[in-house]
Amino acid sequence: MIEINPLVIFFASIFTNNMIMSNFLGMCSFIAVSSEIKTSLSLGQAVTFVLACTSVLNFLIYNMVLVPLGLEYLRFIVFIIVIAAFVQLVEMIIERYFESLYYSLGIFLPLITVNCAILGVSLFMIIREYNLIQSFAFGVGSGLGWTLAIVAMAGIRKKISNAKIPKGLEGPGITLIITGIMALAFLGFSGIVQIQ
Amino acid sequence: MKELMRVFKAGIYKDNPVFRQILGICSSLAVTNLLINSFVMGVGLMFVTAFSSFTVSLLRSTTPKHIRMMVQTLIISAYVIILDIFLKAYFPSMSKALGPYVGLIITNCIIMGRAEAFAQKNKPFISFFDGLIMGLGYTIVLLVIAFFRELLGFGSLFGIQVLGENWVNWTLMIMPPGAFFMLGIVIWATYGLFPKEEQDKGGVKA
Repeated sequence: MIEINPLVIFFASIFTNNMIMSNFLGMCSFIAVSSEIKTSLSLGQAVTFVLACTSVLNFLIYNMVLVPLGLEYLRFIVFIIVIAAFVQLVEMIIERYFESLYYSLGIFLPLITVNCAILGVSLFMIIREYNLIQSFAFGVGSGLGWTLAIVAMAGIRKKISNAKIPKGLEGPGITLIITGIMALAFLGFSGIVQIQ
Repeated sequence: MKELMRVFKAGIYKDNPVFRQILGICSSLAVTNLLINSFVMGVGLMFVTAFSSFTVSLLRSTTPKHIRMMVQTLIISAYVIILDIFLKAYFPSMSKALGPYVGLIITNCIIMGRAEAFAQKNKPFISFFDGLIMGLGYTIVLLVIAFFRELLGFGSLFGIQVLGENWVNWTLMIMPPGAFFMLGIVIWATYGLFPKEEQDKGGVKA
């Protein structure tokens, strides 16, 4: 494995290897929640935070517990438990100490557990053999990239809310087509930085 | 038998998980650049959905209500691990091509959705069938998308060249935007296609 600068991974995971635009991860909440800029921004923040922490946690657990014990095949089950437990913990902490944040973020936290992007980042970093700092950069970058995509999407959906859309395309259909066009735009970044 | 028929119709088109409920599309798009990948993914998902629905249904009366989500997730993860090990052992190249997407079956909303919506309330056998059919509905959509993407993007089907030497590959189709466009078009097409067909078929059966 060639050493890649963590900064390169960071920018690559925002632009060229965006979770939604090139890996199709986190689509479910992307389509369901992207109707308002404000809520999608809050969800994006929550996802970024959880991603940053779980990528490090999962990295440590995988390399310090599972690998020495030869239990790599258990990683799916362990990762999903770590993510679920962490989300639960965060929810309890912000409910207790940051009440206003809880009301703006609270309802999204359970959603995050089943966000494919979170589990996806953990699995990708294992497959690509990142080290700890690289994993952290990858986690934060992916979260920011996801936020960028969902906020941009919410902005576009607001603009087209008055447009006349063919009946069969209303709702998810048009969202997917717009995502396709956005993905085309993101392809424009593809020369800048490259990982894998 | 009637029950089975109803489940069958729901899974294939009435409540098709992909284009009706917009579930599980994360993984459905990533693997659709080649037909063979989609096929393996679809079969894997059918296996996991069917058996996890079966298991959830078996345990439905003994699972405490408030931790059932956790139990369901663990059941699903267990089957995904079996699938992953199986692929690694017998189809190593396939396992490599699918990469993390095998693991991501865990977060595929279809499985959780069926466990929660169907298996929780129904008997094991019919839950198993429901999971199988929902997986089949998903596989069909996957194959339709992959058919067009591989045909236009590589000029081949299941790796066999069909469009001849002069075919210019549409690189766009094998890149991510192609997947988004195809799924959007599939949703559009099915919207126009199925309400009518549903009535027709219902008429014949009645």
